[in-house]
Formats: sequence, structure tokens, C-alpha cells
Amino acid sequence: MAVQDPDRKADAVVSVEGLGKTFGGKVAFADVSFEIGRGEVFGFLGPNGAGKTTTVRTLGTLIAPTSGSAVVAGLPLTPANGAQIRRRIAIVPESPGLYQRLSVRENLECFADLYGTPDPAERVTRALTAVNLADRADDVSGTLSKGLRQRVALARALLADPVVLFLDEPTSGLDPAAAQEVLILIEGLRRDGVTIFLTTHRLDEAERLCDRVAILNTKLLMTGRPAELRDQLFARVVTVRLASPLADPAAVLAGVPGVESWRFADGEYQLTVTDAAVAAPAVNRALVSAGADVLSLGESRHSLQDVYLELIGDQS
Amino acid sequence: MSTRRVMAIFRKDMREFRRNKQIISTMAISPVGFLVFPVIFLFAVPASDASTLYQYPVLLFTLAMAALVPVTVGAYSITGEREQGTLEPVLGTPIQAGEFLLGKGLAVFVPAAAESYLIFGVIDGLVWVLRPAAVSAAALRPLVLLAQLIFTPLLAWMGVWISMTISARVSDARVAQQLGWLIMLPFIALAVLFGFNVLPVTVPIGITAGAVLAALDAAGLRVVSAAFDRERLVLGTR
Repeated sequence: MAVQDPDRKADAVVSVEGLGKTFGGKVAFADVSFEIGRGEVFGFLGPNGAGKTTTVRTLGTLIAPTSGSAVVAGLPLTPANGAQIRRRIAIVPESPGLYQRLSVRENLECFADLYGTPDPAERVTRALTAVNLADRADDVSGTLSKGLRQRVALARALLADPVVLFLDEPTSGLDPAAAQEVLILIEGLRRDGVTIFLTTHRLDEAERLCDRVAILNTKLLMTGRPAELRDQLFARVVTVRLASPLADPAAVLAGVPGVESWRFADGEYQLTVTDAAVAAPAVNRALVSAGADVLSLGESRHSLQDVYLELIGDQS
Repeated sequence: MSTRRVMAIFRKDMREFRRNKQIISTMAISPVGFLVFPVIFLFAVPASDASTLYQYPVLLFTLAMAALVPVTVGAYSITGEREQGTLEPVLGTPIQAGEFLLGKGLAVFVPAAAESYLIFGVIDGLVWVLRPAAVSAAALRPLVLLAQLIFTPLLAWMGVWISMTISARVSDARVAQQLGWLIMLPFIALAVLFGFNVLPVTVPIGITAGAVLAALDAAGLRVVSAAFDRERLVLGTR
């Protein structure tokens, strides 16, 4: 059954309904539905072969879907609308795809013409400044590091002044410093209100950048805000460390507001709670009243990685 | 069709070709085989045998070069994009198939035609300056010069479309070149047949051959555009 996007957008810039693509008998992705609101950063997560890149290429009109429908940048995804949609979007593929023998400026000038950008010289300079590469404009692209090439690819995408920017694994293969620079640039675009569709393997960057995420493994497994996904998949847990174990935990913890159950493991109590904001102070009071020495007490937060592994683990 | 987008691809490809030593050297070497025989013949024939040149207009042998050079250059056209991973970004822009192909076609046609005309100019000039009047008059008679002038662009465009079609379907430029040369053989044969007088250089035959080539060239862009498949190019499938 298709996973419906629980967060339907009235001002959706991308709206996808039951979209699918098969190559011969092989399913690249199937029955995918979601919406992306204006100015939103939407993360698309999934393992290798999950269909992330094929989804980007499909929404970018580079390949045709075999089922379902979509509206991209306000236009129905049809072959007749291909050029119009491509005028309103920009795609940064995983490989930067620069013309190696041309300079950075020559690469961008070519794309400014392809996008029909007015005042191309000024726009190229502005795009290079935005990615902090104004001083490398005359460098031959083939001589740049992968991180710098990825920044040029971002500058190239900015020339389109896109309604939606598709970023396919933008930090793949970059060293941590180069990846950090790219992430800072993406954060800047987010602040500028650019709608971003980001596919990534890196859950830390999805958690840092994305308003909402979808987890795909050929089929869409879940869509929502990272915190919502955590809440849906995992019980809330308050972890307590004491100087010494309680003689009779039931006498202390039973009946504490918000506490549903508890277990003792690895020298700490893990309490399943309905609402940590209610349960944690009440647990603390109960422990102190029982004469226990509390060393630490806090809510255990599941990461997006936990969510991802839970969902993908179930699939494999 | 947007002239700006066509010219963007044309300018970009011209810059790339100019800076690609492999293309430059292949362009320089590949016509040599078709130049050796006519040049030797033209400079060896004595003035007393100049009439032989009426029977064998060997200068037309060099037209094979006009068919060959675009295949050599055009082989890099799309395979070059594929090798650099640039097809996806460029096809992700609003560019239409016809604009992309015409821009690429022009970038192959212009250097190929320019090289052919340049070499014709040099050979014709040397014959005119260095050979006796009887030889140059026979070798450079108006019908031969007109054939050089008219058939060069017709053969070059044919080479362009054939090379583009092949380049879009193979991943290796050398394979594209070899396949292109193979498919161009009938058109190269046309030049050879003229040169050896198997096809006599007459106005009716020239007009017929020219009209057929022009019709094929005109259909070329449409055929290649119709066969243009964005999805296949992006996915790298054949």
C-alpha cells in the first residue's frame, strides 16, 4: 500500500502521486507519493539502488515515468511540458559534470545561455560569488578538486534561478571539509527560500538540513519531519542513572505520572514514558523522595539514523 | 528553436575541440591518405599528358576528405559529453533536441568544412602556381572547382549526421570513428568514382548527386532529432 504524505501542502511546489518507473521488468521505484512546499528542504533518503537518483531524473524530465503523475514547479509532468519544467528547475547530479577543458567561467557562460539567463556576465559573476569561487573563475575546470567542482555545479544551478533545486548526493565523495563547505552553501540557499529536493546517504546532513524527509527503498517507507518519524517508530524513553540500584523499583516507579514501564539494563533504568516533559520531573521527585541518589536523568533521543536503520532493516 | 541555445552548444564544443589534442591530431592525420595519390599524380603528370586530367579529375578524389573529417570530429561529439558526465546537466536545461543536435552539428561541420576548403585551397593554389598552364587548366577547370565548392558542405553535413547518430549510441569515441568511417564508405566511394572517372563529371550527374545528398542532409536533422532519446542518453543505454 502506498505511504501517503501526512503533511499535504496547500502551496506545493512538487506534488507526486503514485509515481513509478520500471526498466524492463526491474522496478526502480514504485507508487511514490509526496508533496514539497515552497521554500522547504525535502530530504530523500535510501540505500544504494533505492531509486533516489531515478526519482530525481524522472521529476527533472530526463526520464519518463511508467506510472503515476506529478506536478513539478506548477506544471504537470508530461513530455509536452518537459522544456517548460526544465526552465523552472535545476539539477545538480552526483557527478558535477563540468566541461573539463573549459574554464569555470566558460562552463557557466554556456549554461547561462542554455537557461536563457538575462545579463549572463553579471549573473555568472554573482553565482560564482555566491559559492565563493569568484577568484577561480578563469581556472580550467579539470584542474579543480572535487569539492570545488561541486561548488561550480551549485553555481551553475543557481544561474537558472530555479523554483526547485534538485541536489543528488551533493556531498558524495567529498572530504569532510569540502562537504562542510557544500552544506553551508545549501543552508544559505535554504535561508534564501529556495525549495530543495535533496537525496543523500548521509543522515547527519539530512537531519541538519531537511524540514522533512522521505525514506525510500524502491517504495516509499515513511515521510515526515525527522522528529515525527522518531515518535512514530520509537517509544519515548527517559534514562536514569543512580548511585545504587533501587531495592524495590516497583514501589518507587509504579504510579508515577507518564511512566508506562521500566527496565534495568547496563546500570541504568530505562523508563518508557508517554511524555518526557511530564514524566521526567515526576520520576526525579519520586526517586529523591525514596532516598535514591540521582546521578543523571534525561530523555534518550533516537537519531534519524535509528529511524532509517529501523525502516531499512525491516526491508532487508 | 532558440538561436542562443544553439550557439551556446556550438561555442562550447568549438572551445572543447580546439583544446583537445587528440581531435586536432586526428583531424590533421586522417585526410592524409586521401591527399597523397592526387597530389603525387598532379605533380608527376607531364604537361604533354595534361589531357589525362580531363579523363581523371583526380582533384575530386580529395572530396573524400570532406566526408571523412566530420566523422572523425563528430565521433567525440556525444561520447565526449558522456565521458565527462556532462550529458545529464546539459539535458537538464530547457534545451530542445533539435537545438542540441544543431549546435553540435555546426561545431563539427564548421571545422570540417574549413579544413577541407583550406586544403583544397592550398593544393589548388600550388597546382596553379607551380604546374604548367596546360596542367593547371585541366586540373582546375571550372566544373571541378564547382564540384569542390558544392560537394564539400553536402558531404560534410552527411558525415555530421552519421557521426552524431553513432556517437549517441556508443560509449567510446574510437569505436564511433570506425563505425562512422564504415558507414561513410559509400559517400567516400562517390568521390573516388568521380576521381577515377567511373562517374563522369558532367552537369546532369553532378546535379543529381548533389540533389540526392542535399535531400539526405535536409532529412538528417529530422531523422537524428526523431531518434534523439533523452532517457537513453542519460542512462547510457543503447
